Amino acid sequence: MNENHSNQLVRLTAAQLAAKLAAREVTAVEVVQAHLDRIAAVDGGDRGVHAFLHVNTEEALAVAAEVDAIRAAGGAAADELHELAGVPIAVKDLIVTVGQPTTAGSKILEGWYSPYDATVVEKLRAAKMPILGKTNLDEFAMGSSTEHSAFGPTRNPWDPDRIPGGSGGGSAAAVAAFEAPLALGTDTGGSIRQPGAVTGTVGVKPTYGGVSRYGAIAMASSLDQIGPVSRTVLDSALLHQVIGGHDPRDSTSLPDPLADLVAAARLGNVDGMKIGIIKELHGEGYQAGVEHRFNESLELLKQAGAEIVEVSCPNFKYALGAYYLIMPSEASSNLAKFDGVRYGLRVLPEEPPMTIERVMGATRAAGFGDEVKRRVILGTYALSAGYYDAYYGSAQKVRTLIQRDFDAAFAKADVLISPTAPTTAFKLGEKLDDPLAMYLNDVATIPANMAGVPGLSLPGGLADEDGLPVGIQLLAPAREDARLYRVGAVLESLLEEKWGGPLLDKAPELPAPELPAPSLAETVTSHGGSH
Amino acid sequence: MAAINRDDVAHLARLAHIEMSAEELDRMAGELAVIVDAVKSVSEAAGEDVPATSHPIPLNNVFREDVVGHTFTADQALSGAPDSDENRFKVPAILDEA
Repeated sequence: MNENHSNQLVRLTAAQLAAKLAAREVTAVEVVQAHLDRIAAVDGGDRGVHAFLHVNTEEALAVAAEVDAIRAAGGAAADELHELAGVPIAVKDLIVTVGQPTTAGSKILEGWYSPYDATVVEKLRAAKMPILGKTNLDEFAMGSSTEHSAFGPTRNPWDPDRIPGGSGGGSAAAVAAFEAPLALGTDTGGSIRQPGAVTGTVGVKPTYGGVSRYGAIAMASSLDQIGPVSRTVLDSALLHQVIGGHDPRDSTSLPDPLADLVAAARLGNVDGMKIGIIKELHGEGYQAGVEHRFNESLELLKQAGAEIVEVSCPNFKYALGAYYLIMPSEASSNLAKFDGVRYGLRVLPEEPPMTIERVMGATRAAGFGDEVKRRVILGTYALSAGYYDAYYGSAQKVRTLIQRDFDAAFAKADVLISPTAPTTAFKLGEKLDDPLAMYLNDVATIPANMAGVPGLSLPGGLADEDGLPVGIQLLAPAREDARLYRVGAVLESLLEEKWGGPLLDKAPELPAPELPAPSLAETVTSHGGSH
Repeated sequence: MAAINRDDVAHLARLAHIEMSAEELDRMAGELAVIVDAVKSVSEAAGEDVPATSHPIPLNNVFREDVVGHTFTADQALSGAPDSDENRFKVPAILDEA
């Protein structure tokens, strides 16, 4: 296979790859190898994307070869292959996998191998989708920039000096950099949608309980949700259909049958639908270029026959505060299991006595990064006797108010719309010393997690002032994920018509130059330019 | 609501089993004070009559059949353990008898 062919393969969507595989125009081994080559070309090095913490070369090629053999043999087994069989995928390293390490982006789990697969991973294996590897994330999914990974940050394929969002920056960047057509993410306060927004990709947080969380290392159990990451709305629907549905091993898993999300994505019609602008989630505090692209999307939807209405969610102003009480409280409890006894790191104190308490203290001090420590301490505080009612109890009441706001809004509109994040991708390091500024990035995504409703982010274009991707967020009532795909697919096709192709066609070539341009003045001349 | 100070953080770090240096306690106290200040409005948001929501989509009484499901072998369960002995997790001393 020549390099050009390989370059073309990685730019195909999952749906396009599936069609080519089914028509036997290409083999699964060729498809997987093309993506492994792309990873080798763009992921490593000082200025590489660094989306992957582990690349699963051998197993991915073996699964691909198995798919090719089944197809070549024909017959019933070939007919029964899942439509995504042979289409490769990357998995966020918060989701456990047999045969590959799972770190959760933390030193405390470095080198750990899970003895079991997450339910979503079992489903990928059943569909014979080759797993390319495990993607980078903020430690235990705590962050909005992937800078809190113990294994170094991921770089945004649009600009290597900027963050790819977080916590699932690795999954979003892998998809944006054409290292994988699909990825799995997890979203507790926006960790699928905000990385999607800042990398120009699509990400979906399903209804709470719509996708099994069994095997996702828990941060905040009442908020966490696994979901799809892709370059198109249809591809997310295809992946959602693979991973969704009831799982008896997750007691919060919804028993409802999964709707036909792929059909919804293919329906493409918003005529007569009511789309609600959330008054509190745009305007002041949102970057001008974000606001501009948001308004442009509204105009396109209106032209396509949707009715745009305004809704007000007055209690959303408390959502961020309530989230930063509930999430750390649940996290402090969930992370208590990292005690240096059953798995992961054990660090002995420098001086005796070597009691379990002191071993735990030393292990957690060495194994957890700053952001994890901050959240565990904050959660321990919010759950302390004397503060519980004022903090955790009050935050749970706010959750009720947010649900009521959503109920009222969905009485007036079929779906809601807002920018996904208030700004485009910020610079690496810019908000690292200011945790609160980092948290503010999640202001538009958190309400969905608090109420359990589904949300989708899709690319809305580039901000005029910095040329970086802007995300548009759609929200639907609980269990109505299909509406997101229906509206998302329409908006995506209208925008791509306007751009003359996918937004990622406008992204710079990778690999990125080794050093930023200003300091390169002399070397560029001596190398005669790299492109 | 009271602000969070360095002594509070030291106490909380002990409860959470995270050893912290003096420098870390100073820094963490400062950062957490800012965060706690930013979230305190939450306590005034809802009235007495508003019920709490613990899970966004409540499912009550989720049961399964009382049958043996998948279980790990001892080797699998111990595969990630920092220390084990005779098919058991080996735990550091519980009491300080030194």
